[in-house]
Amino acid sequence: MPRLTADRHHRVRFTLNGRPVEGDAEPRMLLTDFLRHVLGQTGTHVGCEHGVCGACTVEIDGAPARACLMLAVQADGMTLRTVEGLAPEPGRLSVLQDAFRRHHALQCGFCTPGILMSLDIYLRGHASPTEAEVRDFLSGHLCRCTGYVPVVAAALDAAAKLREAAGDA
Amino acid sequence: MTASGGGWLGQSIERVEDANLLTGRGRYIDDLAVRTGTLHAAILRSPHAHARIRSIDVAAARTAPGVGAVLTGAEVTALSSSLAVGVRAPIQSWPIAVDRVRYVGEPIAVVVATDRYLAEDALELIEVEYEPLPALVDPRDALASTELFLHDGLKSNVASDRSFRYGDPEAAFAKAARKISVSIHYPRNSCTPIETYGVVAEYDANEDAYDVLANFMGPFTMHPVMARSLKVPGNRFRLRTPPDSGGSFGVKQGVFPYIVLMALAARVAGKPVKWVEDRLEHLAASVSATNRMTTLDAAVESDGRVVALAWDQVEDVGAHIRAPEPATLYRMQGNLTGAYAIRHVAVRNRVVLTNKTPTGLNRGFGGPQVYYALERLMQRVAVELNLDPLEVIRRNLVPAGAFPYRTATGGLLDSGNYQQAVDTAVQDGGLAELQARRDQARAEGRLYGIGLTAAVEPSVSNMGYVTAVLTPEERRKAGPKNGAQATATIAVDPSGSVTVHIASAPQGQGHRTVAAQIVADALGLKPSDVRVVTDLDTARDAWSIASGNYSSRFAAAVGGAVHLAAMQIKGKLARGAAAQLNVPTDEIEFANGKIGAKGNPDNAIAFGRLAAASHWSPGVVPDGAQALRETVFWSPPQLEAPGDLDETNSSLCHGFIFDFCGVEVDRVTGALRIDKYVTMHDCGTILHPGMVAGQVTGGFAHALGAAVYEEFAYAPDGAFLSGTFADYLLPTTMEVPAPVILHMESPSPFTPLGAKGVGEGNCMSTPVCIANAVADALGLDAIDLPLTPGKLAQFTHPKEQES
Repeated sequence: MPRLTADRHHRVRFTLNGRPVEGDAEPRMLLTDFLRHVLGQTGTHVGCEHGVCGACTVEIDGAPARACLMLAVQADGMTLRTVEGLAPEPGRLSVLQDAFRRHHALQCGFCTPGILMSLDIYLRGHASPTEAEVRDFLSGHLCRCTGYVPVVAAALDAAAKLREAAGDA
Repeated sequence: MTASGGGWLGQSIERVEDANLLTGRGRYIDDLAVRTGTLHAAILRSPHAHARIRSIDVAAARTAPGVGAVLTGAEVTALSSSLAVGVRAPIQSWPIAVDRVRYVGEPIAVVVATDRYLAEDALELIEVEYEPLPALVDPRDALASTELFLHDGLKSNVASDRSFRYGDPEAAFAKAARKISVSIHYPRNSCTPIETYGVVAEYDANEDAYDVLANFMGPFTMHPVMARSLKVPGNRFRLRTPPDSGGSFGVKQGVFPYIVLMALAARVAGKPVKWVEDRLEHLAASVSATNRMTTLDAAVESDGRVVALAWDQVEDVGAHIRAPEPATLYRMQGNLTGAYAIRHVAVRNRVVLTNKTPTGLNRGFGGPQVYYALERLMQRVAVELNLDPLEVIRRNLVPAGAFPYRTATGGLLDSGNYQQAVDTAVQDGGLAELQARRDQARAEGRLYGIGLTAAVEPSVSNMGYVTAVLTPEERRKAGPKNGAQATATIAVDPSGSVTVHIASAPQGQGHRTVAAQIVADALGLKPSDVRVVTDLDTARDAWSIASGNYSSRFAAAVGGAVHLAAMQIKGKLARGAAAQLNVPTDEIEFANGKIGAKGNPDNAIAFGRLAAASHWSPGVVPDGAQALRETVFWSPPQLEAPGDLDETNSSLCHGFIFDFCGVEVDRVTGALRIDKYVTMHDCGTILHPGMVAGQVTGGFAHALGAAVYEEFAYAPDGAFLSGTFADYLLPTTMEVPAPVILHMESPSPFTPLGAKGVGEGNCMSTPVCIANAVADALGLDAIDLPLTPGKLAQFTHPKEQES
């Protein structure tokens, strides 16, 4: 870890959705603020800034992490994915995103990026989850609109579709 | 999925909103670019529930790095006037503490600086000297206090005390076989949207005008309140909303004092100011539903028929009466008899001030408090008379065939067949099977109970209902308030495509999708042919005081206005088509993207070509048939002002709900498990089944949280105990089961599409349904929310022996 000075800006570089990015941050700047206001990637949302709601969940070096509990400078040199990196191309949705749309698994969409990031990572390692497993895994995300029922249904449907696609390949 | 000649309504088509929200391309307030030089605000808040402010020293903060301005009560009172208060009482309501703090979290000072981090640094440099005062937290203490008053203008803490009498309640109570009563204390909670408040404000000194962007949700009755506070006419207070908003559930009405505060901060700073509330601020000091103490008496015949009710409601609105309060207390005035034919009602309504966060809109708005008392009472009637609770509900329901039915208190129940809804729910929801499950569980020694609830769900609020807080004479002096203007604008552009604007300020409900379905059906187009804009600009768009997204008014009122606007432009297009196609207007049909002669597919023109004619060749369009842009305002005539006898038709539509559930309480831990929850809804014509399911399921989850987990709790000294999401517990995937949702459809005769609201019903019916089940499981006479394991364990464990 390099030595940092409190009131100085430091250059932060990492890989975001497959591309190198960089910007300046004070040591105290949260990763959420850096993503949103320095890099302009506003898909990652801030719901509580104390690590409970899960809206700010991003992927860091392959694992889900709460960007509000991390400083921007801590991400230096790492590999990040955010909700902006999920769709295969503009105008198309990923299997998981499409399942959310078909199941009406979002209303206001504010918590959704965090849920998508968690599930995207989870489904890579758990191809055939049960409903109970999905519910257990998603218990770290707060959603106030949906009552979770369609979120769980979308996750299970996406898992099935991904299995199908893998079988076909 | 295709629909040639309409038929889009009633289908669960995919939402046009979703692709952007799923790919991180939403446009919420904090995502939007602001003007270069915009400063960022942070707010210093009171650590005391009640204290005099002896002094505030902001000198060090003013000269801190990056700071542009510091505001305190002194600047705010110099530049603005008090927010209007909805009762006749000598009290003021400022968006910042003036001389006194009255709740934990009340703003003391605003610092604006070049970034939020620096603004928060400067807050630390402000020195405030307080003289603590005793806090009045319990509304009973506030009522009883004869020396300590929250507002000096009042010689008590009661801001309003009104009594009402409908029918002849005294005679009914005197004659009735039994009087059965419940006393409850409904706790404080909030639906806590995941996106917090946000405001970007600017002041133009040359034109003395404010321009504000905020994730405000209405009602736009608040617009004149804010403009008046800022001392400008409405046309110098431009209020805009962002394209997306991260949930509200009523809560974002409460951003309005902060809109005034940030507008003033921008004026003092001479630069645009942006403020995004953080979660700790939101929990402590955004807004809360009211807590309410209710005693409800029923005059009951021996067969379980209720002939009269006597309500005594004490509403705790917190430290200030923020407009539109005390609306929570009056929103249910027309349906205080619920789903029942009860002809005699007495009401006493008191509004009390305490040292807690001011209250405001919150999903259900008055319904949870009223139905908790009413439906606990109906269960007590059954228990005390040894009757089946279902039978007690059935005997009291408004008769089928009696609609529209005028309630004792002046409400007009628009349509329904409550008996049929109950029968269907009992059958299709499997009540008998659930009862067998209860018997089995009890035979095994487990604590299992069943609860039932019937309710009417009011929607489309009458803008005049809150004036029931005034006496008839005060109302006459003030002038009548009534109605609920909904508006929609439909425009055809020079390429012949259709754009719709609505002033419904959605926060994720899918209004753009449903409005497109409505217009597609009217004009023979596909929903994807129609674009709908929902961000609102009071300087440019059609709007009125009822605009916004509350009282479940979209489907019934705004959807209706969209339909009427589409039909209006359709009528003009039909006249233009008739002239071009040489057929009478009534033989023109709109289908498959064409306008043509009925029964003659060859005699037709593409919709876009004909629709563009008023732009390119107005000379060939018949007089009065220029089809360019139509704006419709629609206000239902049934929403009259409260009458001289205080009869109040508080809402236009009344859906019907019948719920039942089976629950089990763990004998050891006191934990509550929902075994099965069945909810039957009659919300009139269903426009989009998927969205209706979303509203019911989401409302059910909110209600489950309110029933079992959530409470804005205060210590006796007024300290706030629910300040983080680790203290204020929301239900997660582990707690929310899938409810069984049933429907029937009795179209409303009062709305253009027959739809009624459905967004709030379960927040009204579910908390008491679960409580009735717990009371049944544990054999309790009385139980208040939330039904936490700690509370229930008191009843499942025998008292410990003293050694």
